[in-house]
Amino acid sequence: MSDMTARHLPDRLQSPAARLLQSWELLLLGLAIAIFIANSLASPYFLNAWNLSDATFNFTEKAMIAFAMALLIIAGEIDLSVAAIIALVSTAMGAAAAAGAGTPLLVLIGLGTGLACGAFNGLLVTRLGLPSIVVTIGTMSLFRGVSFIILGDGAYRSYPPEFAYFGQGYVGWVISFEFVLFGLCALAYYVLLHRTNFGRSVFAIGNNATAAQFSGIRVGRVKFMLFLLTGLMSGVAAICLTSRLGSTRPSIASGWELEVVTMVVLGGVSILGGSGSIPGVVIAAFVMGLVTFGLGLLNVPGIVMSIFIGLMLISVIAVPRLWRMWRG
Amino acid sequence: MQPSIASRDYAPQTADVPVLALSGITKSFPGVKALDGVSLELFPGQVTALIGENGAGKSTIVKTLTGIYQPDAGEIRVAGKPVRFASAQDAARAGITAIHQETVLFDELTVAENIFIGHAPRGRFGMIDWAEMRRRARDILARIDAELDPDTPLRDLGIASKHLVAIARALSVDARVVVMDEPTAALSHKEIEELYELVDRLKSEGRAILFISHKFDEIFRIADRYTVFRDGAHVGSGLMADVDEADLVRMMVGRDVDQIFPDRVKSPGEEVLKVVGYAHPTEFDDIGFSLRRGEILGVYGLVGAGRSEVMQALFGITRPSKGAVKIDGAIKVIRSPADAVANGIVYVPEDRGKQGAVIGMPIFQNVTLPSLSQTSHRGFLRLAEEFALARRYTERLDLRAAALDQDVGNLSGGNQQKVVIAKWLATQPKVIILDEPTKGIDIGSKAAVHAFMAELAAEGLAVIMVSSEIPEVLGMSDRVIVMREGLIAAELEGDALTPETLVRHAAGIGEDRP
Repeated sequence: MSDMTARHLPDRLQSPAARLLQSWELLLLGLAIAIFIANSLASPYFLNAWNLSDATFNFTEKAMIAFAMALLIIAGEIDLSVAAIIALVSTAMGAAAAAGAGTPLLVLIGLGTGLACGAFNGLLVTRLGLPSIVVTIGTMSLFRGVSFIILGDGAYRSYPPEFAYFGQGYVGWVISFEFVLFGLCALAYYVLLHRTNFGRSVFAIGNNATAAQFSGIRVGRVKFMLFLLTGLMSGVAAICLTSRLGSTRPSIASGWELEVVTMVVLGGVSILGGSGSIPGVVIAAFVMGLVTFGLGLLNVPGIVMSIFIGLMLISVIAVPRLWRMWRG
Repeated sequence: MQPSIASRDYAPQTADVPVLALSGITKSFPGVKALDGVSLELFPGQVTALIGENGAGKSTIVKTLTGIYQPDAGEIRVAGKPVRFASAQDAARAGITAIHQETVLFDELTVAENIFIGHAPRGRFGMIDWAEMRRRARDILARIDAELDPDTPLRDLGIASKHLVAIARALSVDARVVVMDEPTAALSHKEIEELYELVDRLKSEGRAILFISHKFDEIFRIADRYTVFRDGAHVGSGLMADVDEADLVRMMVGRDVDQIFPDRVKSPGEEVLKVVGYAHPTEFDDIGFSLRRGEILGVYGLVGAGRSEVMQALFGITRPSKGAVKIDGAIKVIRSPADAVANGIVYVPEDRGKQGAVIGMPIFQNVTLPSLSQTSHRGFLRLAEEFALARRYTERLDLRAAALDQDVGNLSGGNQQKVVIAKWLATQPKVIILDEPTKGIDIGSKAAVHAFMAELAAEGLAVIMVSSEIPEVLGMSDRVIVMREGLIAAELEGDALTPETLVRHAAGIGEDRP
């Protein structure tokens, strides 16, 4: 208690470099490289700059949502309505475009609708104390249902020509606008999660929300912000996807919520909350993109691809556990 | 050696052959050697007290002998035969059962279901034979004189009755080794006496009992043997008849401990906190008191008197329905812990594991959690400053850890408590509320916490100490509020502050009605 008995505590037991060597992210990076090599051996068309550039579209939009979803899952919540938000956002933009709105207004409507959906989820979870998995399964049907009512069998196609830039534009050479946006989002979310007070409170809430609250963290406010961010990123993804497809149908992006969650979990985020990293999610995005693109080049049908992705998810989660059981 | 007889009655076994013997047990966790070649022997029909400071390795050895942890090295023998417990089920099958500090039972199930969970009597087609289960539950409950209905849901029972259910559960598996981890921590005086009788009965049936407690009167009352651990090593064991309290304390701490409370110069400064007419619809009513800088205010009362509820309202966890709080003379509205911290009120909760430390996060991040605005720049973390702040306060509290980036979950209870206190001191509060700060911690750490509280008060911090221990309340407080049934029953000071007045007001005995 007094200075006489005080002992010096080192900062770290292991250097950050030693930690990195044992990290999930490094293992995942190895997997990504292995898949890259396997792909280039399997198909002569793989190592082509334009083909590789095309391949990035397989994951950029989903990954933008996955970054926000990673924070939400680390905080112990989840949002399964993200794909339905895309449908609603796209429908709202389509309706506005049909009424003659210009590109800047369409973007504002897209982001605003995404934010509103996120706020709706967030209020239900934080104000009413409902479990997020139930709330967002409900809003998943709700948001897409609204889109179906508005569109039915029809589609919106009358987007202004300059709106196509978000999903089809290139910043230079083979580098697409979407890929640059993906990189910027990755950087922004990396800083937010790992370098700010806000990110620290996300981890604290995910590990023990009660103790976090008892430590003076405004748990409800942080969670609400996370739902807002997830809604916003779904809006961003909806703008890119709608722009890329040039049309809106109510079935747009169906099934994406599970692919986004898969990407997050593959990236090493604990589904129970409390741990995970953005670099992990970035690498997982590349892994999933490379796998689907590689299998596509080999003319593997879509359903087999999803079997493959499912098996990959289960094995990356099971193998470390089996390894630990076998060792100890 | 006698061959072990597979019989329900263990009494005939000679008392000098241990029924359970652990030797050379070593167990390490990342950065910590929790147990270093320790041994422990339990004899049939005898109570062995396991004594040691927090972090001495008591919980680890209990988890080892109940099969939750597997030792890195060492041997476990049951009735002379070497065994290996790969799981808790293995240990249970060998007749070892534990009754934990916070009983691990199921609130939503009935008494009978709790007693027989995992080994319910089966009828035809492997279905649970409910009638048989109830009958056997009633038998066992009768054997321990517990007047409980087997069909009562556990959530309707008080903590003492839950302990009885845990004991009934131990009897239902016909345990030959019963581990009791601080069984009296939450019990009243009368309930403790009943527990002693029960222990005597278990002894007479030839069961071996491992009794873990920090209370010496208890140990001397019921234990036949003792084993002392210190810092994960075995320091000594033998017969209780051969030692006195001072011997045990010396073994525990490796030095003589001054059990006297620290001397304090009482010089309270100006008023820092004033509570007026605080009320809550169900928990408390008409609470008013004031607190000065440098003062230690004791809050005494029975469990359930509403003490923690008042403190949690002050800290913004629950909302009072009426009343006001003044800090430094100005009325403040506290709606959340964040508001409380911003106004200089901090709270060290009784339930360390759930409300205190964020298990899973490193020590330094726990310490800086409420102080991030100090260590960060425009919302961006600055790790070097975090480590510096965490080091300043953890070293001041003499935290025992391997490194600041170690998970708090790997620390002992006492050291987790130090992390929580360090976290609050780093916010430089005006008022610190300590809820049962020494509950379940050993004498050495207790004295350290007391000395530290005195030091804080001397530095001008106002301290509120909620405590159920009379010596602590008397030894530490400048002034004491006694609570009963949600009301302030008395405010005592000076000569009026005696063990008798405390107990009298807390229990409402012989009250003069105005």
